[in-house]
Amino acid sequence: MSEILEINGPILRVKLPGARNGEQVRIGSIGLIGEIIGLEGDDAIVQAYESTESVRPGESVTALGHPLSVELGPGLLGRIFDGVQRPLIDIFKASGDHIGRGLETAALDRSKRWSFTPREDIGPQLHGGETLGDVPETETITQRILVPPDVRGELIELAPAGDYTLDDVIARVRLADGRERQLHLYQRWPVRTPRPYARRDHAVAPLLTGQRILDTFFPLLKGGKGAIPGPFGAGKTMTQHQIARWSNADIVLYVGCGERGNEMVDILESFPELTDPHTGRSLMERTLLVANTSNMPVVAREASIYVGVTMAEFFRDQGFDVVMVADSTSRWAEALREVGGRLGQMPVEEGYPAYLSSRLSAFYERAGRVETLNGERGSVTLIGAVSPPGGDFSEPVTSHTKDIVQTFWALSKELADARHYPAVDWNGSFAKDVQTAAHWWQEHVAKDWLVARGEALGLLAEEQELARIVNLVGPEALAPKQRWALEGAALIKDALLQQNATDPVDSYCSPEKQYALLAAVLRVYRKGQELIDLGEPVTQILTLPGLARLRRAKAAYGDKQLTELNGFVRETLDAMDAMRVEYERSSAT
Amino acid sequence: MKELEFRTASAAQGGLLVMRRVGEIAFGDRVVVRDDKGRRRNGQVIKTSRDAVLVQVFEGTDDLDLNATWVRFLDQPFEMPVSPDLLGRIFNGVGAPRDGRPPLIASHSRNVNGASINPFARAYPREFIQTGISTIDGLNSLVRGQKLPIFSASGLPHNRLAAQIVRQARLLGEETNFAIVFAAMGISHDEARFFEEDFESSGVLGNVSMFINLADDPPIERLILPRTALTVAEYLAFDLDRHVLVVMTDMTYYAEALREVATAKGDVPARKGYPGYLYSDLAEIYERSGRIKQRHGSITLVPILSMPADDITHPIPDLTGYITEGQIVLDRALHNAGVYPPVNVSPSLSRLMKDGIGKDDTRDDHPRVAQQLFALYARAQEVRNLASIIGAEELSGRDRNYLDFAEQFDRRFVQQGEDEDRSIVETLNLAWELLSMFPYEALSRVSEADLNRYHHRAGEVA
Repeated sequence: MSEILEINGPILRVKLPGARNGEQVRIGSIGLIGEIIGLEGDDAIVQAYESTESVRPGESVTALGHPLSVELGPGLLGRIFDGVQRPLIDIFKASGDHIGRGLETAALDRSKRWSFTPREDIGPQLHGGETLGDVPETETITQRILVPPDVRGELIELAPAGDYTLDDVIARVRLADGRERQLHLYQRWPVRTPRPYARRDHAVAPLLTGQRILDTFFPLLKGGKGAIPGPFGAGKTMTQHQIARWSNADIVLYVGCGERGNEMVDILESFPELTDPHTGRSLMERTLLVANTSNMPVVAREASIYVGVTMAEFFRDQGFDVVMVADSTSRWAEALREVGGRLGQMPVEEGYPAYLSSRLSAFYERAGRVETLNGERGSVTLIGAVSPPGGDFSEPVTSHTKDIVQTFWALSKELADARHYPAVDWNGSFAKDVQTAAHWWQEHVAKDWLVARGEALGLLAEEQELARIVNLVGPEALAPKQRWALEGAALIKDALLQQNATDPVDSYCSPEKQYALLAAVLRVYRKGQELIDLGEPVTQILTLPGLARLRRAKAAYGDKQLTELNGFVRETLDAMDAMRVEYERSSAT
Repeated sequence: MKELEFRTASAAQGGLLVMRRVGEIAFGDRVVVRDDKGRRRNGQVIKTSRDAVLVQVFEGTDDLDLNATWVRFLDQPFEMPVSPDLLGRIFNGVGAPRDGRPPLIASHSRNVNGASINPFARAYPREFIQTGISTIDGLNSLVRGQKLPIFSASGLPHNRLAAQIVRQARLLGEETNFAIVFAAMGISHDEARFFEEDFESSGVLGNVSMFINLADDPPIERLILPRTALTVAEYLAFDLDRHVLVVMTDMTYYAEALREVATAKGDVPARKGYPGYLYSDLAEIYERSGRIKQRHGSITLVPILSMPADDITHPIPDLTGYITEGQIVLDRALHNAGVYPPVNVSPSLSRLMKDGIGKDDTRDDHPRVAQQLFALYARAQEVRNLASIIGAEELSGRDRNYLDFAEQFDRRFVQQGEDEDRSIVETLNLAWELLSMFPYEALSRVSEADLNRYHHRAGEVA
């Protein structure tokens, strides 16, 4: 019947008549997981998700009859899966410290009983996406049990309230063709097919990450697409971790794609200890992880991104706002390149296959705010880290990604070298949806948000111009007003843009505090301008102790101490007024 | 399948041997090649089908007579025998002794490719290792289980720095059960001897396991050498509870050997002719370091690589930096100015530092002091650039202070003796001497409490 003809690393040629392209397979006597990625006559080209060491020609391969799919249902949250949705804890139980091969582990726990409460207003005609009932999974997240998108028919029976395992039948449906379909608490879905929704909707609210440079200066909307490119050491992973920690999303999915094992451990060890500032519950209750670390098989890296986004869509379909961060999409692209190379496909840019850009844009299109099949609103926000070789943003993955995303947080090596974190470069970054975000900020935080933001960015742009002059002729050549502008920009950088992820107070900054700090810096700057106009020397203003304290205010005043913060700002402004009075008096005599 | 010997080689080129009609040979199997003079070479199956099997020969394919080449398939993956007797021994890349002593007698052997550590089984590294070197301990702290490479370049003293780390590294307040695995790929006889003598003079030779492939040894053997060495490191760490420090030098020659073989195989090149899988391949090596829950030992990895033409964006340092948990970057300008160790702190980084330092590990002010030094030094570099254009005389008093600071920093903080073992407290106190060159207002990264406690003018200002 079936037999392996050739093994070339993770790519195999197998005689497998009747197989379907995209079908999942089990390879050889060890039973490695694989997927058919091409057919030539009776031969299938198979990529293996596990190392093919010790597999020999002549061994058999079994086609499983379905494409690479994931299980979706209660039991996903708080867990860590590998690139093909096997729980790492179960792999640990089966093979110890190191990952064994050919293990068969279900994604979701079959023995656990879940408390199911059916909806009362349901039936008798069912359509895909409808809610059959509810299962509280964690304190904050109650999963809705949905009719699979491809099911439509008459509800014959719905289980009463009670505790059920995933294998128990909770509903029976008579389909249009007369066949009966049994529904469970979970469903399966092929990862390379986007899950259906009723229609796309506008994104309306910003994703709040508690990071000032992101929220205030380069906002991303819920349902948007964002990218974080940066050379190594610029803080991509740290920024991604901060987003995963503090975002005001209902569900956070973290996909570690070809990155370090210890980074996953960091999340696993730290998240259960941290509280979600929006719900007050442990962060792990709303988080799930997919890990294909850099030493795990390359081919599964390609799958891990799709496994992640399919789970994200599943929660979106229940009406949740979901954020998925993928670190790093470059490793995913490299996996495409490696498979393409082994298949002998013609490389185009830097060895990448020609379909790189279309795969990238199709992936990012799975983000969005939608009206679900059930008529509700849910969203998937996708944020991908990009690791450009040599920090060169003109390389294929970065440049294609830049064309696709709405918000681009460019990290800079220079800022990172000066330990200015997050090292988001205000000159190279962009956000396309500032106006939409402004509606939210103006309604919820401050009327003049957009103006204040513009003023701060203007000052940073002015500083860049002035820095060029300073680099040629030195700061002494500048007019006092220009020198004060340099100081103002420095104040924005130190007091506002820089944020310490390891400081317990500064790690998360509420929108109100973000605005309070922004307004404070601008008021001090304007007051300083007035003094300069009168003739007060810049060096004199710089002796004000309030300036150094303003730089520390972000860590000195918590989100609930805005009154104290504003009091301190008042004192500083008063001190500047006193300085003005003193100056006027001394220059009058 | 039984071991069989074949004489059906049909092609040999660039370290690769094509075998015809050898039956069903498993992917990755170990191979022994015997040439017409009876010499043995080691190989591994890297592509297999019923018609043809491609064998990578670690000693190369030079001087093979295809008609008189016998190839035996051992029907097992590449393994390294392991036993406590590994310490104090010297091996080549495939694990054969090169110290003239008999082969190891061991009851166990391990697959040199290892298997990925399950992230769920890992323990996060957070134990501070004091190396006695201020630029590392103070600003780029190393923790147990970290992989922290030294990015160097030709002519820079990376070997002396690595040897100093090996001599001085210790955990605060603990006498440890340590071991060293030294993996040399493509380095010169002199360099290898330098390490050997240094291990001997510091009395650690009995705790070192050395794997040596020198510049004039077959390059393809460099591909298996780090794997063999790490297999031994894993055994020492996770079976024998040792804290293993692995020094690998020079990763650049490893990557070049990989490129050589990739080109011979016809793999699609990515950047500078290196194969697209260079990242994954390096990751397979580097990611074998770390700590594992419920195991007492650890593997701390210090790979050394020389940046071709001092270029940090070259694929080898670049991809390494994306995998490792930071990097220590050596700098030619500092070296030429006579500073040892010539560590350029700005591009250097330790990602795991944040969890290994501070109140319970080193000292409460440590994280903020480090941030402050980095920020001041970055500003000082800008001032240095400015001074080189407009002249130091034209600088404002504030800026001249930065210039003095940079000078003092290089001369006193970075500079230290090859035998100078500074404690972390000494390093931090030295840092405060430098920070005290500035008034309170210029130090916004440290807290007010830090200033009042450690700033040399604390009494006067407050």
